Amino acid sequence: MRKYVPKDNVQGKSYYTDRFWVAPRVPREEVRDTHFTGVVATLGVLVKEAHVELGQLIVHIEARDNVAVIKVLKETCGYTQCSEQSAVDYLAKDGEFELFYQLLNVNEAKRVRVLCRIKKGEAIESIVPLFNSANFAEREMFDMFGIKVNNHPFLKRILMPDDWEGHPLLKTYPLQGDEFASWYEVDKIFGKEYRDIIGPENRDPAKVDRHDTKRFARIGYEVPFGVDNTAGETQKEIEYSETLLVNYNKKESKTLDKRR
Amino acid sequence: MAQHQVNYASSAGLPIALTSVDKLVNWGRSNSLWPLTYGLACCAIEMMASGASRYDFDRMGTIFRASPRQADVMILAGTLSKKHSEFARRLYDQMTEPKWVISMGSCANTGGMFNTYATVQGVDRIIPVDIYLPGCAPRPETLQYAMMMLQKKIRRESANMKKNTKQDLTHQTGKRARLI
Repeated sequence: MRKYVPKDNVQGKSYYTDRFWVAPRVPREEVRDTHFTGVVATLGVLVKEAHVELGQLIVHIEARDNVAVIKVLKETCGYTQCSEQSAVDYLAKDGEFELFYQLLNVNEAKRVRVLCRIKKGEAIESIVPLFNSANFAEREMFDMFGIKVNNHPFLKRILMPDDWEGHPLLKTYPLQGDEFASWYEVDKIFGKEYRDIIGPENRDPAKVDRHDTKRFARIGYEVPFGVDNTAGETQKEIEYSETLLVNYNKKESKTLDKRR
Repeated sequence: MAQHQVNYASSAGLPIALTSVDKLVNWGRSNSLWPLTYGLACCAIEMMASGASRYDFDRMGTIFRASPRQADVMILAGTLSKKHSEFARRLYDQMTEPKWVISMGSCANTGGMFNTYATVQGVDRIIPVDIYLPGCAPRPETLQYAMMMLQKKIRRESANMKKNTKQDLTHQTGKRARLI
């Protein structure tokens, strides 16, 4: 027998989950391309593992070798652009961050992704001496993950305010913010003593409170404005006004033929 | 030498219009509402369209001013991020009394679809709002309608600015609160 799953509140949760579903992965291929084999051979022992995904070379390296590897890629292999640099939070799974550097060779129209892993609390060496575009990228990585970058010219938060607490792109950071985030603007502008006055954030503005008699009306259950009706509700007939032009209480003069 | 004496107590037949100071002052205020040139997000594009020639705010006496010290109305057009909230409040504080605030669009009203850590969930958490304008983004006609509603509101107000200097946020919190 299949386990019974209640079908109410289907919007609250997915009602069907396949226990045997495995998330599809990008297929990994061996390095066969002549250019990429040359790149892997040039890097030599610095490469821990190399494969090709979607036509891009993925190179796994040790985190301490990142500047050496990227220097070789830039100066010898012609990867003259660093299009992106950031990290992925795998702390829950592996206890590590995965850092990636996405490099582009314009002449060959090839891309290389350099991956390395660091533990929480470890720092990484800056590649700003090689690529100026990594300046903002490393600042963003510091802002979003709290990963320190050694020898960065100006390591400061870039997106969040300077006095922000927490690093929002960590998987442990709640989407709607922690307590510090939810009171940030109130604390900063008015001070903490105004928290009681202004009140918590309304995170669900579409919520309808059944017993709210100030903002919501219920047909057949009309009550005066602001009356507490949490104890119970009694249904009332609706009284329509009789005006000169429109009489709502009048019975319908026409009746439809039953055959229609 | 005056040819005839004017009796100011009786206005019959003379070019005198009697009114109250409230009405006269509010007539002036409501017909020259100067909003602050201040846009936050995509709603500001609609606000610009309202100010430009097709929708033409100028015919209502609504002229955008580039300084908060010359502005009467603050149109909060768009998503207010928490990082920017401090500066929005500072601009509001720099505006001279009397001043009014229009919250334009879903994001300014409630945070809108940005139910995240970095967005202020409704600008009325930091600035007292007079008119809430729904829409995402509201059409220029809607903004003009909001402006007309604000004019109506101003004409109802008393000319001494006591009502406007201190606005409370009780509608938000249900508690007795006054923010200066």
